[in-house]
Amino acid sequence: MSERDHMPNDLTERRRRWMGVLARADRAALERTWNALPEQPAYRHLRKAESGLVMLRGRAGGSGQAFNLGEMTVARCSVQLRDGTVGHAYAAGRDLRKAELAAVFDAMMQTTAATQIQGTLIEPLAAEIAARRAVIGRKAAATRVDFFGLVRAQ
Amino acid sequence: MYVALKGGEQAIDNAHGWLAEARRGDPSVPEISPAQIAGQLSHATDRAMAEGSLYDPELAALAIKQARGDLIEAIFLLRAYRTTLPRFGFSAPVDTSRMTLERRISATFKDIPGGQILGPTFDYTHRLLDFEGAAPQPAKQAEEGLSDTMPRVLELLDAEGLIEPPGRSAGGEIGDVTRESLEFPARRDVRLQCLARGDEGFLLALGYSTQRGYGSNHPFAGEIRVGEVTVEFEPPELGFAIELGDIRVTECELVNQFAGSATEPAQFTRGYGLVFGHGERKAMSMALVDRAMRTEELGEAVTAPAQDQEFVLSHCDNVQATGFVEHLKLPHYIDFQSELQLVRGLRRAAQSASTAVIKEAAE
Amino acid sequence: MATDTTLSPGFAEPVFAAQHTFRAALMALAHPGRIVSVDPALEAPPPLDIATAALGLALLDHETALWLDGRLQTAAAYFRFHCGCPVAPVVGGAQFAMLADLRALPPLAEFRQGSDEYPDASATLILQVDELVEEGPLQLSGPGIAGVTRLGVGGLAAGFWRDWPANNAAFPRGVDVFFTRGSRLCGLPRTTSVRS
Repeated sequence: MSERDHMPNDLTERRRRWMGVLARADRAALERTWNALPEQPAYRHLRKAESGLVMLRGRAGGSGQAFNLGEMTVARCSVQLRDGTVGHAYAAGRDLRKAELAAVFDAMMQTTAATQIQGTLIEPLAAEIAARRAVIGRKAAATRVDFFGLVRAQ
Repeated sequence: MYVALKGGEQAIDNAHGWLAEARRGDPSVPEISPAQIAGQLSHATDRAMAEGSLYDPELAALAIKQARGDLIEAIFLLRAYRTTLPRFGFSAPVDTSRMTLERRISATFKDIPGGQILGPTFDYTHRLLDFEGAAPQPAKQAEEGLSDTMPRVLELLDAEGLIEPPGRSAGGEIGDVTRESLEFPARRDVRLQCLARGDEGFLLALGYSTQRGYGSNHPFAGEIRVGEVTVEFEPPELGFAIELGDIRVTECELVNQFAGSATEPAQFTRGYGLVFGHGERKAMSMALVDRAMRTEELGEAVTAPAQDQEFVLSHCDNVQATGFVEHLKLPHYIDFQSELQLVRGLRRAAQSASTAVIKEAAE
Repeated sequence: MATDTTLSPGFAEPVFAAQHTFRAALMALAHPGRIVSVDPALEAPPPLDIATAALGLALLDHETALWLDGRLQTAAAYFRFHCGCPVAPVVGGAQFAMLADLRALPPLAEFRQGSDEYPDASATLILQVDELVEEGPLQLSGPGIAGVTRLGVGGLAAGFWRDWPANNAAFPRGVDVFFTRGSRLCGLPRTTSVRS
């Protein structure tokens, strides 16, 4: 499988997490953070932002025979900062500008700018994602059937 | 055989002009936007994504608008667009056991760990047309979210050994009908891919037929889940898997009777359905037909259309189907001329034959 | 394996550059022996020449397995990154083969030959040569050539031209070849006869 399973790597796990947050981010949030940066790093493209497809898979019975379920659009981009740090981004959808910004932030998160980006961008976005999930959970729980509910007799 | 015809460009241009005007409709009525379609007609975009086999709600909404609501036309647009994009690779199989559940029900057991969660369903509405269209209240929220333990209902049967296991992977390459032509007999991975992108109406009718006795197998809805799952993908340049985002899917596990055979003990068997978006009817139909097509594998006789995989899989793709049906509109002038001549010739031959008989009789 | 520290950029304008390169390749095969240029504005990672890299970027994708000879092994990461192509472990498993060490070129018959029903399922060879000039000692004739085209290719072992008639005879099966040098290339389809 991936390297991760053989060599538990804290940096890899942290990078996985922030890349997942960036993949789910609104482009507007990324632009705001980019525009608010005191210093916007210079970068060049290794692979310009492009959209393509990832074939999604499912498993029969949830855990059996794998099969091709259908494709999903994905935007990706790879950039390199002046100091050589490489940033990658892959995100569902076709937003090329979002993919480019996400790749730059992925690169910045591997440099000394990490703390700043983590605080101003990653953590707030992660909190939004968690909050959205929590709301869905509470709405779903409100529709849980209570077969043995007692009603106060009036 | 097709012969090229020239001309008609002006007529086609004018037809497209009228199409655009008709699509827009009454200019005094606000124009519909893809955002409105994706947001407020989400079952339409879900169906377009499922059968277009392309998950992208914005694209699906745009296609539906351009197709004036003709969903198979919209699906055609999505299939065409998809051919312009390069493939980056394959995701890890989505893990539906870690779904952010919106809906989760079972008809096999009343009390299931985690509970029966109704979600935003039509099932209990009275099906009365609503002329008032009252402004909706915000949905109620419970104090806390769902339980952390929402195991698969079929695992409860599995624990007692009463249901066949989900099965191992057959190994080897996973079939892909978008890259290789369909051949029979088709393995289960290919069958499931065809069903997932297959026409809801066709599969619904086939599923219905199994319930009416055309290869019936007493199905029960073991579990139906609707919600978002995470998509994981490992880019080769990274060497570890990352999350690309979340997609909504509907999963249906049907439980079916199986009396047993010479080699297998009596146990329940499975039918599986998985589709993009919120599509319970499609997922359930897929599961019914999946189980029906496993007839031979389970040692039973193939007696009904839904069990005949060549019949099912050759006809379940609605773009293929409409392509051939609608191709009849293409000029077939030459073919028809020869048909016309044939019929006229037969008529003449029949007439001169009967004239000859009358003459003979007269002589 | 994270090998992203040594990645070079691909086409600056992927769509237009790929179309331009494809057009050049098409012209090269339609007029065998005619030397055509691709856009030199590509940062090809050594030891790839610009034309070699451009052909790869334009023609390879996730379904075209690529075989590289010993001298071009480092290009595997580059093409995997930009094109998503699988790298074929053996010569016979490749749809495309790139070679720069032409003395060690395997016999043409070892590459995929295609079949009578699908002759296009054969391998395409991209040979990075030492010299590529018009008016050389080679005389090319056949489809796409009015009379004879002269060509000079440096760096190939003599055995290549001895093997070539057998490739012609295998038609419709057989392999097709591109020669590349710098930002120039020329095409040698299986239908072209060569007198050396």
